[in-house]
Amino acid sequence: MVESQTFSGQHRPPHSPSESVIRLIDVTKSFGEVDVLKGISFDVSTDSSAVIMGGSGSGKSVLIRSIVKLVTIDSGEVWIRGERVDVLDGHDLDRVRLGIGFLFQGGALFDSMTIAENMDFILHRHSDLDFADRRLRVEEILSWVDIVDKIDQYPSELSGGQKKRAALARALVLEPEIMIYDEPTTGLDPVSVRTVSELIVRLRDEQNITSLTITHDLECARIIADKVHFLYDGRILESGTLHELQRSGLPELRNFFGTSRF
Amino acid sequence: MPGKSFIESSILVEGLGRIGDLALFVVEFFKKFWRRPFEWRETFIQMDEAGSKSFILVSVTGLAIGIVLSMQSRGTLARFGAEAVLPSMLALSVFKEIGPVITSLVLAGRLGAGIGAEIGSMRVTEQIDALEVAALRPFNYLVVTRVIACVVVFPILTIWTDMIALTGGYLESVLASDMDYRIFFNSAFSDLRFSDLIVDTLKTSVFGFIVAIVSCFLGYNVRGGTREVGQAAMAAVVLSALLIFLADVVIVRISITMFGGV
Ligand SMILES: Nc1ncnc2c1ncn2[C@@H]1O[C@H](COP(=O)(O)OP(=O)(O)OP(=O)(O)O)[C@@H](O)[C@H]1O
Ligand SMILES: [Mg+2]
Repeated sequence: MVESQTFSGQHRPPHSPSESVIRLIDVTKSFGEVDVLKGISFDVSTDSSAVIMGGSGSGKSVLIRSIVKLVTIDSGEVWIRGERVDVLDGHDLDRVRLGIGFLFQGGALFDSMTIAENMDFILHRHSDLDFADRRLRVEEILSWVDIVDKIDQYPSELSGGQKKRAALARALVLEPEIMIYDEPTTGLDPVSVRTVSELIVRLRDEQNITSLTITHDLECARIIADKVHFLYDGRILESGTLHELQRSGLPELRNFFGTSRF
Repeated sequence: MPGKSFIESSILVEGLGRIGDLALFVVEFFKKFWRRPFEWRETFIQMDEAGSKSFILVSVTGLAIGIVLSMQSRGTLARFGAEAVLPSMLALSVFKEIGPVITSLVLAGRLGAGIGAEIGSMRVTEQIDALEVAALRPFNYLVVTRVIACVVVFPILTIWTDMIALTGGYLESVLASDMDYRIFFNSAFSDLRFSDLIVDTLKTSVFGFIVAIVSCFLGYNVRGGTREVGQAAMAAVVLSALLIFLADVVIVRISITMFGGV
């Protein structure tokens, strides 16, 4: 793997391929009497792009939210780059979170701020750059996701696909080494699905960003997935390449891929 | 929910549980309040918002209170030949009770609903989670700032409303009996003690605290969608108003014990 470059031109050395970036060990979580996660274990290896698929309500969002401790797990362990996250708090937790970009299902842009302010808000807090340099960084990332002309508009003035890209830009503003995407292509037209999926692949290839993505979308999974984990009834039922999963004989998988072809 | 006994699911138990959660939220406030950096900028923005949003409303309220109070008392006082005490009676009732309580109730309606709806919609659109993962400390950024803003703004707006109410009373007196302003205001302030003014105005800081913390609490804990956000906004007004009355009784009782009655 070649050395990569971030937006600010910072060089990022390739990681050793055996290193696991995200590791979950026997994670469980229930809400009241509902057991959502019943013992989840998996690894995301360095510079790879892993995908989680599964039916609606199967706990995909809860799973990735537990990785950044937006959800506190009941038992098990969450490790990020060799550091145990589920027991962290305060500044230590902040430090780990700042190395992770999180794209929310609905974008979660701050709707009282323009796109530039959405990004500058984070950058201003967590970097020493002056205003001009921050503006440059914001412009650079926005032109990379191809919406630099929307820089001073409010989220409500953007289309669905533009919002997704703006949210992606905001998640990238601190140049994270890990990206987590919650349904990055849901609700987009086929062209935007391709565009956003290809942006995710480019982040992996050009910047060595390790990613974990939830998607329902076969096209998106086909473009980005190195490895797919299929979540069913609170457990990882099967892991493999998309191709392997599609050819699996398990009825749950056949059912899932059978219906999502339409 | 199946398996829950009648008692467990009763409104009373649920209500008590909510009060417990509110108490924990208050404790959380006092813990997080000391966390640096303090969000000065956002606090000033919130003060400005709170003040400018409700300035006209409380002014009109004050004017109406003064005029009506003066009109209604005049007849009664005249029957006992005590018209001369009208300014002083007016000032006492406005500064001691009517001004602070009515202003706070009006502000509870105006600001409580706004805070509940704003924070609630940030919750359901995952904006609060987005602040959290960007290490931007949403509790400090959203809750602490609004609470401090209300604690500061409530007494200021109360004094303003009191003055307007007194002016309203004076205008009514001029029209009714050609009262000289020196006589009116001299007489108005003759029976007011400084300790009255301080205690009765500063108690609105407590009311401001109640309105902000209750509204933030209800908004922060919204689950669901737009419907629940609307319910949170409404509940914020109702619960704030109830707690204002309750707190008023307690504070008046204490202040009479400490400073003596009128
Ligand atoms: N904060 C919460 N409180 C109670 N229950 C929750 C909470 N968050 C999630 N759940 C429940 O956990 C289950 C899994 O939810 P989750 O959001 O992870 O589903 P999902 O797989 O992401 O579905 P979708 O594809 O529709 O987004 C659901 O039954 C949901 O009701
Ligand atoms: Mg989800």
